[in-house]
Amino acid sequence: MPRPLKIANASGFWGDQPGAAADLVAAAPDLDYLTLDYLAEVSLSIMAIMRAKDPHAGYARDFVEVLRSLVPFYQAGGQSRIVTNAGGLDPVACAQACAGVLREAKLAHLRIAVVTGDDVLPLLKENPARFPNLETQTALESVSARLVTANAYVGADPIARALAAGADLVITGRVADPSLTVGPCAFHFGWKPTDFDAIAGATIAGHLIECGTQACGGFSTDWLDLPDNHAIGFPIVEVFADGSCVVTKPEGTGGAVTVGTVKEQLLYEIGDPGNYLSPDVTASLLGLRAEATGENRVRISGAGGRAPTDTLKVSATYRDGYKAHGMLTIFGHDAVRKARHAGEGILRRLHDRGCIFRESLVECLGTGASVRGIVSRVSDTHLIETVLRVSVAADTREPVEQFVREIAPLVTSGPQGVTGYATGRPKVLPIFGYWPTLVAKSAVLPSWRFVSA
Amino acid sequence: MIPLREIAHARSGDKGNSANVAVFARTPAAYAWLRDHLTPAAVESYFTPLGVGRVVRFEVPNLEALNFILPGVLGGGGSRSLRIDAQGKTLGMALLEMPVEADAAKLNAGR
Repeated sequence: MPRPLKIANASGFWGDQPGAAADLVAAAPDLDYLTLDYLAEVSLSIMAIMRAKDPHAGYARDFVEVLRSLVPFYQAGGQSRIVTNAGGLDPVACAQACAGVLREAKLAHLRIAVVTGDDVLPLLKENPARFPNLETQTALESVSARLVTANAYVGADPIARALAAGADLVITGRVADPSLTVGPCAFHFGWKPTDFDAIAGATIAGHLIECGTQACGGFSTDWLDLPDNHAIGFPIVEVFADGSCVVTKPEGTGGAVTVGTVKEQLLYEIGDPGNYLSPDVTASLLGLRAEATGENRVRISGAGGRAPTDTLKVSATYRDGYKAHGMLTIFGHDAVRKARHAGEGILRRLHDRGCIFRESLVECLGTGASVRGIVSRVSDTHLIETVLRVSVAADTREPVEQFVREIAPLVTSGPQGVTGYATGRPKVLPIFGYWPTLVAKSAVLPSWRFVSA
Repeated sequence: MIPLREIAHARSGDKGNSANVAVFARTPAAYAWLRDHLTPAAVESYFTPLGVGRVVRFEVPNLEALNFILPGVLGGGGSRSLRIDAQGKTLGMALLEMPVEADAAKLNAGR
């Protein structure tokens, strides 16, 4: 059997541990690939807002620093290639920034490719009637004037082609998260687009690592019992030619790769486990076997694949007003009643002044507020302390601006025992509505090209 | 009555304004119990205070797991929800607190 392809994930989201990539290659210098995921559902809308202020900010700039952290590894002859969606709205600008880092480091022989073509905003604006909301079936016309981004989840094919042409670093915009892993596998093993079972296996492998440490015990039910959970390792999949894989993590890292941690991640953010839709394949998880084959090694096999659908999922976002959240700690007898009174008092005062909010919420953290009305262990009157969290949303910015000025004054006008006000006024945040929809594959033409250093 | 966590572990995640909660049995006997007793109706009723829609359940016997889809449970989800938990991070932990009529000693035997 040919040796497996070793693929690690070094970022599960925009804001994940910046040192993960350098730590991974230090611990496992024989990694074939590092993948880094930066794009959650609404990340691109945040990039759009940043780009409006700074034309060079349409991508995950954190990645440029990650690449800088890998310079010593590459200068020492490191061979791991990188595939990342850090390109966001502007893969070319991201690639140019990366090229600058490589040039400075005398690593200009490393070749950077970009994958583009995921932007379908013009399509949605031209033909809103064809893009109803997948969740609500609502027509897009209601929000099309406020659209900010619309990006199709592109598949593995352009990534595989860029790698085949010799790219060392592939920077994409929106691609399906598992395709960051499927691309290297399809290229390395020479899979045909119809090798559905193998592609399904690699898709599962990619899904398992796409959230960083979550495959290695991060976010797990039994987290408290994990060894060294202060330094949980980032995941590695060793993918075989048939698409089966072994999930593991670098020696000497914390956390654990067990059948339990891997099972939890297998079903993370999954809908119908018999129909996991990706641009590359429709995969079934219903034949999967998960077995421990050694310490921190879990083998996953039995993925089933069928032809993918002829549509691509699109994540579109639109401007939908403004919000803010204010927090204060209240300590003392009757803390929860006082907090609720104080929070509702802010809203009442603003209402009397003519501020109109389309939605508001008063939460008393510590009382089970995360799932209010479902779980509570003690009655509110037993709590000596709570964190008051007041939130508002409005169509315009102005009333939210007034709201953020009303939090700190509770220190002198609220009940005795109000504290935790030293962090300054809350920020007014734009709200982005999320609009999932579908687009015909034939209408999206992703492509790749080299960007020269 | 015991909390569900004595016989299962779980993980939740978001998709727009919906969430999924996967529940994993700790033994084959516990899986059989969960399949028979942790019905979509029971889960839907449990999460009613959060405004959940019609709950759908998928059986995943090969992983000894049940996957529940909770539509509209996030108060708008993502960037829109005003709740402290806009992305359903706590829903798995919440479901594991559900009181159930099960015999933990029997279902966990041989674990």
